Amino acid sequence: MAGFNKLVATYAEALAGLEDDMTLVAGGFGLCGSPENLIKEIKRKGTKGLTVISNNCGTDEYGLGILLKDRQIKKMIASYVGENALFEAQLMSGELEVDLTPQGTLAEKMRAGGAGIPAFYTATGYGTLVGEGKEVREFNGRHYILEEALQGDFSIAKAWKADPHGNLIFRKTARNFNPMAITAGKIAVVEVEELVGVGELDPDQIHLPGIYVNRLIVGEFEKNIEQRTVRSAP
Amino acid sequence: MSLTREQLAQRVAQEFRDGYYVNLGIGIPTLAANYIPEGIDVMLQSENGILGMGPFPLDEDVDADLINAGKQTVTLAEGASIFSSADSFAMIRGGHVDLTVLGAFEVDCQGNIASYMIPGKLIKGMGGAMDLVAGADNIIVTMTHASKYGDSKLLSACTLPLTGKGCIKRVLTDLALLDIEDGKFILRERAPGVSVDEIAKLTAGELIIPEYVPEMSV
Repeated sequence: MAGFNKLVATYAEALAGLEDDMTLVAGGFGLCGSPENLIKEIKRKGTKGLTVISNNCGTDEYGLGILLKDRQIKKMIASYVGENALFEAQLMSGELEVDLTPQGTLAEKMRAGGAGIPAFYTATGYGTLVGEGKEVREFNGRHYILEEALQGDFSIAKAWKADPHGNLIFRKTARNFNPMAITAGKIAVVEVEELVGVGELDPDQIHLPGIYVNRLIVGEFEKNIEQRTVRSAP
Repeated sequence: MSLTREQLAQRVAQEFRDGYYVNLGIGIPTLAANYIPEGIDVMLQSENGILGMGPFPLDEDVDADLINAGKQTVTLAEGASIFSSADSFAMIRGGHVDLTVLGAFEVDCQGNIASYMIPGKLIKGMGGAMDLVAGADNIIVTMTHASKYGDSKLLSACTLPLTGKGCIKRVLTDLALLDIEDGKFILRERAPGVSVDEIAKLTAGELIIPEYVPEMSV
């Protein structure tokens, strides 16, 4: 009996059941906090026709961008898709469909998806292309549009530390979309840098409780940097 | 003379008040962090999940897990906090950020802003810009007053797809500082050595020129 033990031994096991044409919610902001090994496993598996919900689509070499080469992504729901030549080419040729969603709306759509809220009103995007075709309501003299929640068949995410129950702690800005992405997936798969024993994490310091996590795996990470900016020592 | 990027950043920083939480967009707005007036404490918000963003790191302190919204490596200021993207945009949408500064392609005298998309050209996405302009009350748009061909970017109606509708009240260009009120631009300050006529000629939207328009101090 596994009980609350969410640990799996291999990446193949972590993504077992992920099939063509499924919807995937992915954590990460650019390459920061990106579930890089889970993405590599999807590339290895060759799963196709994916709808991917994630803030960005990585770069040509790293992150979700590596799924573009073999045309594994059919549709991308994202807020920002620069820094990726392959993405641009597939978008222009019509092979790839993109639904541009404001960053805060995207985060809230994932959060709502995981929290059982089917839709919410937001002022973001009112009067723009984003608001076209969406219900508008006025509250206290301001216009809001109705945005629907998002959910995925799977979600893939990265955290820093976990216990076997899937209680998670994220590190610095690698947190970003990861907590919401996890909650929005029917099967939530999380890879972490470090595993500690049950009871070793301070319950007060846990960022996301294990109830949201279905599968957990410990990985080694490259952690590539998109814009290495430094100042010189005084 | 029109303002340099550094002078624009300096003028933006003059809008900072002690105790402000400020979100600075990519480009000139980010530079304003270098000109925070002495004796004033501001905390920088980065929408990927930082309140209390510090300067770029020393080479040996670079941390792949610590970046800003422009995906640049950064540091944390003393007293910083970190949170998820949902929490970050809750504070933005909820109006808790005191000042937002961002760039644009066009602004019009109805307070509309276009900043994320040029049809027919590469589509990169709006990132957090739509949330920022919809959520903030106090926004400064920084941009050049006209294109390099001399076409005004301060219009009677934006021609590009909007980032936000009726949400901009203050614009700082390389030539002038203007407010937007009741469907008109109001000239508040001019760049040193720039004449009112020059500004009027390059402002396509309706412009109100008060009797006295001071020069900016930069």
